[in-house]
Amino acid sequence: MWQQAINGVFLGAIYALFAVGYALVFGVLDILNLAHQAVFTVSAFVALAFVAGGSMPLAIAMPVALLAAGLIGIGLERVAFRPLRGRSDSNISGLISSLAAATILEAVALQIWGPDVRRFPQGTFPDKPLSVLGATVSALQLTIIAVSVALMAALTALLRATRLGRQIRAVAESPRAARILGVDVDRVIAWSFFLSSALGGAAGVLFGVAFNSVSPDMGRSVELKGLAVIILGGMGSIAGAVIAGFALGLLEVLTVVQLGSSWRDAVSFGVLFLVLLVRPSGLLGKAAIREA
Amino acid sequence: MRFGRWSFRLAAVVVPLALAACKGGGSSGDAVAGSSAQAKAPAKLGAALSMTGAAATYGQSQKNGLEAATEEVNASGSLQGIKLELLVEDDATSKEQGINVFQRFINTDKVSVIIGPTLSTTATAADPLAQQAKVPVLAISNTSPTGITDIGDYIWRDSLTEAQVVPGAVKKAKAKLGFKTAAVLYGNDDVFTKAGYDVMKKALADETVTVVDTQTFAKPDRDFSAQLTAIKGKKPDILVVSALADNAAAIVAQARQLGYAGPILGGNGFNSPAFIKNAGPAAEGVLVGTSWNSASTAPANQRFKELMQKRGTNPDQFSAQAYSGVLIIAEAVRKAGYKTGRDDIKNGFAQVKDLDTPLGKFSFTPSRDAQHEPAVQQVKDGKFQIVE
Repeated sequence: MWQQAINGVFLGAIYALFAVGYALVFGVLDILNLAHQAVFTVSAFVALAFVAGGSMPLAIAMPVALLAAGLIGIGLERVAFRPLRGRSDSNISGLISSLAAATILEAVALQIWGPDVRRFPQGTFPDKPLSVLGATVSALQLTIIAVSVALMAALTALLRATRLGRQIRAVAESPRAARILGVDVDRVIAWSFFLSSALGGAAGVLFGVAFNSVSPDMGRSVELKGLAVIILGGMGSIAGAVIAGFALGLLEVLTVVQLGSSWRDAVSFGVLFLVLLVRPSGLLGKAAIREA
Repeated sequence: MRFGRWSFRLAAVVVPLALAACKGGGSSGDAVAGSSAQAKAPAKLGAALSMTGAAATYGQSQKNGLEAATEEVNASGSLQGIKLELLVEDDATSKEQGINVFQRFINTDKVSVIIGPTLSTTATAADPLAQQAKVPVLAISNTSPTGITDIGDYIWRDSLTEAQVVPGAVKKAKAKLGFKTAAVLYGNDDVFTKAGYDVMKKALADETVTVVDTQTFAKPDRDFSAQLTAIKGKKPDILVVSALADNAAAIVAQARQLGYAGPILGGNGFNSPAFIKNAGPAAEGVLVGTSWNSASTAPANQRFKELMQKRGTNPDQFSAQAYSGVLIIAEAVRKAGYKTGRDDIKNGFAQVKDLDTPLGKFSFTPSRDAQHEPAVQQVKDGKFQIVE
């Protein structure tokens, strides 16, 4: 049971990190960025290219991949979202154009890296099984949990305590009011995309290392889970996404243990449905990003 | 209420998208080619292989095998001047694409015989089209015991079913390791891995092995630790897995990571060098039933292995079955009196008997399935070695 709890926390950490990026953009722009999962995939490939091709240690390749993901995020915002901003239907058209961007990014990954599942070379991360209170945990798993919690904490600190964070929250509250007060709204939105995509990219790299499998369709397996997490957490709530991410990870593992693995997704999405019936705004729906 | 508004909008977008995705392959009004082609016209072989998607590792092997055999048959001149012309199309490991490729082969390319598709799942969707159009299909890797050749009398295969391979593997492994309990992990969203599970369940019961736990997963899954932890907790003597190669490698690696040290027996999906490459050291000791005895010293097998090495690729079961498939088609053309019409080849198949192939002496059963000797292999030093 203890082992399963660790499995759940581990899975939850990756779900949460992925979903926080979704939540950040949604909180600021009211737009669902469906290209988030493609950034997740491309970032894992970039890290793999540096580790396998450039024989760089992961500790260097990962920040490079995060930077690349962030820059892709800025590019996405510039190409797929900014031209549509200010239109009355920008939520829906943004959704569609992000879907297009996701398809393009996936196709690019397919062209460059091919359809096969790729792996980090053996020994990329010293993978020693540790025994913690009778459960087998690898140093890799602990590192991944620690890195994702640290990144989420860093985001929260950034939103609360920095000038950029205050500006992001102001834009989330009201872009017009923020602009009147002298905030460069376009710049703040670009930064939000940078942060969101860098976090999504981090989740991609960690996912690729954790399950040692990187493929152009890897984003698919977290895309729906990520959506479920932000809906569960309350659209646009960072804290909600974190809590819901861990909750979903634990719930999935618990379902496998108690009911069998065939029930896993049925239970996850069944709970999502129930939460929406009882509490349509999600767990922390009211506390949107502006309150951070 | 912010979310209510949103979910409605989301539905407004997603529903039409989903509908658009369901449009399916259009029908083509082309007439089907006549059954008796003129002599000396080339025989077109249309191969629907998974070059992309979950089964891409097999597709590449199959393509290599088909190409090697086609070149060999054409060079040998054993068909009295009839040339084999190989067309390879990608079924993308999906039913929809498989159907499109079949329609193209049947109506546009007017092939004499269709080879493939790679996965049983795709075959269950695409083969009925060929049956209806009276185009013979030779499956070279479909191993689901049911739902393939029972589609109709135009559907044949040279791949042994899981039901023919797995019981032998379980029996041999039990004689060697003497296990009493087993845990089973299988993919429940794929015809092939599900069928493999059914056969394993029966084979374990026949050998009076107690199944202490059964777990499932889906093809897109990457994390199997919850299932494997549950299995490890039940302390089985052996772990039996039915999965495609990509998932198989991850499952074996994660099982070892979680500290499962017992033996592992894999289904047919493990039969690929890609499995060993991707699982790395974790693959050592894994047992797999196989329809291709790589250690066989029969001349047909030695020649096949030479040809594959000359092409710079590692021979595996999938290239052996693909290579044999072309030899079988060539034999069918000979048996039909050097005719290459669709019905000629179908009738020729029925007369193929004890043909020398890398798989051994090959014949078809009355139900159009493959008949030859299976084997068991184990991973040693990063290679499959036949267990004697």
